[in-house]
Amino acid sequence: MSHTFDEISQQLKRRHRKSARLKWVSMGALGLAGLFLVLFFADMLSKGLPAFQQAYINAEIRYSEEASRDGRQAFDDDLIPLISRTVVRVIPLQLRNNPELIGTSEQQWMLANSEVDQYLKGHRNRLSDQEKAEIDERVAAGQVDLRFNKTFFGSGDSKIAENAGILSAVVGTVMTMIVTLLIAFPIGVMTAIYLEEFAPDNRFTQAIEININNLAAIPSILFGLLGLAIFINFFGVPRSSPLAGGMTLALMTLPVIIISTRTALRSVPDSIRHAAFGVGCSRWQVVRDHVLPLAMPGIMTGSIIGLAQAMGETAPLIIVGMVAFIPDVGASFTNAATVMPAQIFTWSGEPEQAFVEKTAGGILVLLTILISLNAFAVVLRKKFERRW
Amino acid sequence: MQTNQLLLLFCTVLLLLGLAAYFIGRAKASRVRASGAAMYAQPDQYAWFAVLSTAGPAVLVGAVGSLLLLLLGAEIPPLYLFAASLVVAAAGLAVGVAQVKPQFHARQAIERVIRWILAGAALISIFTTFGILFSIISEALRFFQMHSFWEFITGTTWNPGASFLASAGRGDGSGAEFGSVPLFAGTFMITAIAMLVAVPVGLLSAIYMSEYAPTRVRTVAKPVLEVLAGIPTVVYGFFAAITVAPIIVNIAGFFGLDASYNNAVAPGVVMGIMIIPFISSLSDDVINSVPDSMRQGSLALGMTKGETIRDVVIPAALPGIISASLLGMSRALGETMIVVMAAGMRPNLTANPLEDMTTVTVRIVAALTGDQEFESAETLSAFALGLVLFAVTLTLNLVSVLMIRRFREKYRVNNL
Repeated sequence: MSHTFDEISQQLKRRHRKSARLKWVSMGALGLAGLFLVLFFADMLSKGLPAFQQAYINAEIRYSEEASRDGRQAFDDDLIPLISRTVVRVIPLQLRNNPELIGTSEQQWMLANSEVDQYLKGHRNRLSDQEKAEIDERVAAGQVDLRFNKTFFGSGDSKIAENAGILSAVVGTVMTMIVTLLIAFPIGVMTAIYLEEFAPDNRFTQAIEININNLAAIPSILFGLLGLAIFINFFGVPRSSPLAGGMTLALMTLPVIIISTRTALRSVPDSIRHAAFGVGCSRWQVVRDHVLPLAMPGIMTGSIIGLAQAMGETAPLIIVGMVAFIPDVGASFTNAATVMPAQIFTWSGEPEQAFVEKTAGGILVLLTILISLNAFAVVLRKKFERRW
Repeated sequence: MQTNQLLLLFCTVLLLLGLAAYFIGRAKASRVRASGAAMYAQPDQYAWFAVLSTAGPAVLVGAVGSLLLLLLGAEIPPLYLFAASLVVAAAGLAVGVAQVKPQFHARQAIERVIRWILAGAALISIFTTFGILFSIISEALRFFQMHSFWEFITGTTWNPGASFLASAGRGDGSGAEFGSVPLFAGTFMITAIAMLVAVPVGLLSAIYMSEYAPTRVRTVAKPVLEVLAGIPTVVYGFFAAITVAPIIVNIAGFFGLDASYNNAVAPGVVMGIMIIPFISSLSDDVINSVPDSMRQGSLALGMTKGETIRDVVIPAALPGIISASLLGMSRALGETMIVVMAAGMRPNLTANPLEDMTTVTVRIVAALTGDQEFESAETLSAFALGLVLFAVTLTLNLVSVLMIRRFREKYRVNNL
């Protein structure tokens, strides 16, 4: 079977076109993945950034005798549907503590209702046309304004949307991460040192190795089941506490720390060990005084990345009950607490429109922390990177 | 509360004893050395040996005692345990200090102890695996005592609500049905959608990065892609539920189809996005490890670059690519937050991905966040589901490890 020159060059053209197509398609795939990322961040920013601003109303508070029994009496009637219930609620308490205020009045910026807030931001809301007109009037008079949302960063969760903040979740996250780090870091590093520097290559160490790789790939929710059955039901660790959550996350983070520590230890060249052995160090002295300090930046990097992973984890914490409604900032490691991802999950379940914004705002805070942690790890690695 | 104080007291006393051991041991060793005797070790090492011999056995006794206490109930008062442990510590101190002799190899002794401590730490990973297995299996067994295993595996109705009525005093409890087939069907449907997104995009990105892209694109693209993997799943869940699901409903509406807001496509697609970096990263490593001589051979025979990739590089890298896909699949099966937030709650045995359906992990969360007693069949069913999930993902992980090992042996690469 013979082909003419033309046929073959036609065929060749086809083949080259096909080859070029693969290049473009594969480039498109990478572009698509990048597009996902851009879309995702654009979506989160557009939804979440408004949460950092909050509507405030400037109005007169009249501290009267009636107001000390019913906070609503301190305000004009047409103002009541616009201001936050939390403002109204504290007035009687305030007057009880400072009776000398009665009879006075004061002009003050106070938290507006979340519906007002959503209206100002152009979102769906449940205000009547009359109320909207009222707000427009006050906006024109400079009496209603969007300001930086201090409440969001300064207070705990609340069922009243405009009063809900992320602080208690941040504190809960910090406490949980402390427990996680205190357990996972020493055990992880010790395991890695044993496997890399001490262990003979036998069945026992192989079993440990296979185990660690497996643990790294087990679905996180199963760690939640472990935490529930062993830590809470068997050892009686208080449910919903940072202790229970931290211990559960520690077991989950352990493989990450072990694997990265081993890589860091392995990258320390053998010549260092040989030199140390040469001057008469024992194995532990070699590790403690020479290998470990050199591997430390790598170990830190791996641990920070593991910690960031644990920080974003939600499923196991839901199982051990860390989705409790926590309005107050946590007090101890054994009290109920919540963490940022769990707080985001709780808010995402609230039906009110204002909570969508809170959820996205919480996500932005969480992502900011996670990305800074990861960036810090990268900087650490770059700074201490060493070519042997 | 009392146990807490006791624990604190125990730690303090132990710390003090340890400090005492250090200083006594050190002082004695210095004295011996000052007397002119040639010693095998430094004073510090004798001191550390004394510390280890004080704290080690005491902590061991305390830990074993606490475990026994928990297993046997409160038959031994914690105070006795505390006392026994401290007696051991004191004895350890005496032994440790007595060992400060010129002919004692303190350094080797420390070495041995540290070796044991490190090996003990390494054991924890095994304990964790056994802990997971033990906790899940024992609770699942209790579930299977109440409901038949066969019904669980083959039943097509998942309706645990009736057991709730029974525990509330209403209903006779016989109506509760635990047929997991619709849950697994939902799980596999969403996983399949995720893989349909992740495998082509991930694999093609990997091909571009390793075969076409200039190094600068590569060094930027890989970490940027990995940002996708670092986004918490709760965030993806919100994204799927709030942004992607309405888009899917609108698109379906455009084609005249009726989609539920809790459709399977939204969590599936978003999960796929999440898995892209796992697949692209590992595939990229594997494709890079395919020896260049194979590409050169193919090109030398007149193959185009595209043909080389398709007919030579990809087939060679196939075990690694399959391994990456299996790992991604295992992640998709066990993924919780995305489906909890974006998939439905209703067990629905259907082939239409636009309908709402639920998954195994959703039902595990639902069973454990309800206000049910721990002993109820519904709560325990979470562990039965967890057991199956564990078995399936473990199998996938093991197969994946075996595939990558085969690839590694074939091409003798060390960095995989």
